[in-house]
Amino acid sequence: MSEGFARPVAGHVPVLRLGDVLLVTLQGDLYDSTAHQLQQDLSETIARNGVTGVVIDISGVEIVDSFLGRVLAETAAQTELLAARTVVAGMRPAVAITLVELGLTLPGLRTALTTEAAMELLAQPIVTSRSGGMREESP
Amino acid sequence: MPTAAGVEARLPIRSDMDLVWVRQHVRQAAAQLGFGLVDQTKLVTAASELARNTLVHGGGGLMEASHVTTGGADGLRLAFSDSGPGIPDLDRALSDGYTSGGGLGMGLGGARRLVHDFEVESVPGSGTTVRVTSWVTRPPRQREDV
Ligand SMILES: Nc1ncnc2c1ncn2[C@@H]1O[C@H](COP(=O)(O)OP(=O)(O)OP(=O)(O)O)[C@@H](O)[C@H]1O
Ligand SMILES: [Mg+2]
Repeated sequence: MSEGFARPVAGHVPVLRLGDVLLVTLQGDLYDSTAHQLQQDLSETIARNGVTGVVIDISGVEIVDSFLGRVLAETAAQTELLAARTVVAGMRPAVAITLVELGLTLPGLRTALTTEAAMELLAQPIVTSRSGGMREESP
Repeated sequence: MPTAAGVEARLPIRSDMDLVWVRQHVRQAAAQLGFGLVDQTKLVTAASELARNTLVHGGGGLMEASHVTTGGADGLRLAFSDSGPGIPDLDRALSDGYTSGGGLGMGLGGARRLVHDFEVESVPGSGTTVRVTSWVTRPPRQREDV
């Protein structure tokens, strides 16, 4: 591979605010503690600022193991309780293949191929289906 | 031909920072041995699961990486060992969804699916060693390499 080493990321992950949406870009190899910190920071930011959507861009993430997968799923569930929808964007194909084999299909996690597609998804209205679950529908 | 240098290593597993070094070493060793991108990703993910188990359940330990060969094929062998409490019921530990802590219980069984060879040696009260090996698959199966 031509790519160099992904540098480990300590401390905080930058969170960018675009209108009512928070854009989080994960890059490289995260310490567990960094992922936990992000989960906490996001919930606080949403509660404080009345954000309605979160996009987590993982296109720069080379592996998602059960730990990071759980953090992503929990983060999405938390934001949902705070009335914000989370979309995980840009998962690499190799990561998706590996996650399925690992047995981690992360049901309930909204995904999009790109950050732009995630933004579009968040711009669509929510409809509540008869089963009580939530899904997106084109206008 | 891949060389042993850059593949052989003994890395401590004592903190979540060590997990990062383990993943980076496995990534680099697998790339050097000629694993395709998807197989590299599987190996690194399996290593991450096993190293985290060594840290969380085994109380810390180490990973040893080595280059193995058979009939002209190159393989990467990873051994994760600790001197923790051991695994009393291996079948149960390997089953999806079983966790003695707050995990998802996917790590051990999932890691087994991500590698070619998988073996666990565990003595209750004195520790656990998990050894995994994956082999570089040559064409025509090597289509996943982008
Ligand atoms: N090195 C080890 N030493 C002692 N017990 C272990 C070790 N590795 C695994 N186990 C036991 O096997 C169980 C299953 O492991 P597995 O990795 O599948 O799940 P988990 O670590 O509990 O959760 P997850 O990995 O999904 O976060 C663990 O809960 C633990 O009881
Ligand atoms: Mg585990």
